[in-house]
Amino acid sequence: MSLVFAGVCSHAPGITGRSDLADPDKRDALYAAFDDLHDRLEASRPDALIVIAAEHFANFFMNNMPSFAMGMADHYEGPIEDPDWLKIPKFTAPGNRDLSGRIITEVMKTVDVSYAEEWLFDHGIAVPLNFLTPNFELPVIPVNINCQGPPLAPLHRAWAFGEALRRAADSVPERIAIVGTGGISHWPATPDSGRINEEWDREFMDRWCRNDRSELLDYDDLTVYADAGQGGFEIRTFLAVSAAAAGAKGTMHFYEPIPIFAVGCTTATYDL
Amino acid sequence: MSLYYVQKYLYELNRSPSVQSDYRADPIAAVEVFAGDGELKLTTEERSALTDPDIGKLYHLGVNGQILMHFAAFHGIEWADYLERMRDGIRTHGPVREGVYALTTEL
Repeated sequence: MSLVFAGVCSHAPGITGRSDLADPDKRDALYAAFDDLHDRLEASRPDALIVIAAEHFANFFMNNMPSFAMGMADHYEGPIEDPDWLKIPKFTAPGNRDLSGRIITEVMKTVDVSYAEEWLFDHGIAVPLNFLTPNFELPVIPVNINCQGPPLAPLHRAWAFGEALRRAADSVPERIAIVGTGGISHWPATPDSGRINEEWDREFMDRWCRNDRSELLDYDDLTVYADAGQGGFEIRTFLAVSAAAAGAKGTMHFYEPIPIFAVGCTTATYDL
Repeated sequence: MSLYYVQKYLYELNRSPSVQSDYRADPIAAVEVFAGDGELKLTTEERSALTDPDIGKLYHLGVNGQILMHFAAFHGIEWADYLERMRDGIRTHGPVREGVYALTTEL
């Protein structure tokens, strides 16, 4: 079949964990945007959902840090965080080991990717799933791009990884959806938590929607760090989705800086 | 000193109920089991920061916030208090020594 859905959304743990501390109007608007993203995903009738996340030391550490990793199991557990802290109960999400294996095999033709037959979901995947597949009825293929422990794979490699994911999605008979999760600008888990560069975010999302490769790769980690914080390194997940969308144009459905959530909360999709 | 091993211990603690149980029972002994004697893996300063616990010192040492915030939550430290303890760490000990989770605004 092919790729039937491509989108991005925020994954900050505060979105669920500190929901009671947010401006109720802004929080409810964000939750409605997540519900809208859920409906769009469901309407695409996917057989599986690839979630490209920026993992936060739940499964991978600097003793053996892959630039790119993909899950290959029939089920995954989460959240690794304290459920009371994240306000997401413990869950078991379905996977599809066979499908993962076929997709990973195809990706490996152009990108060296690690595979993991065990994967504990942290907020990078658990928060999006909480809204997008709340009943855990859709098989998930987790993907991690290292955005935490430098050296990080350069942006053009994240792009190549996204292209490989698209080629892999096109090579299997199943209907594949893909969602990237992460920043954009943010300084999470530092004393600067709540700082958000809205102007930078909107410029980035304009580029994301135009989906021009040269524009999207015209960033570097030094300037991203200065303008968008260490959380901005997570644009790799968004770029991978752009590459997977193969030139399709996008629409940002929601953007709202919510400081207690530590991020400009975003949902967007490509018109495949 | 080794920021790597400070973070490695916290990574394992965040993931493992048995490591958490050992730490709760006797944090000094638990950290010693991890690091052994001497300062090859952890200095006295780092051991104390882990066992006190001193969130501000750990932040100053450069512990990645994605690891540190869960250690703070493990100790029942509320979000606003967690942010303030990191600021206190900078006031007391100086700027973050290494890593990408440095303070970028004024105290």
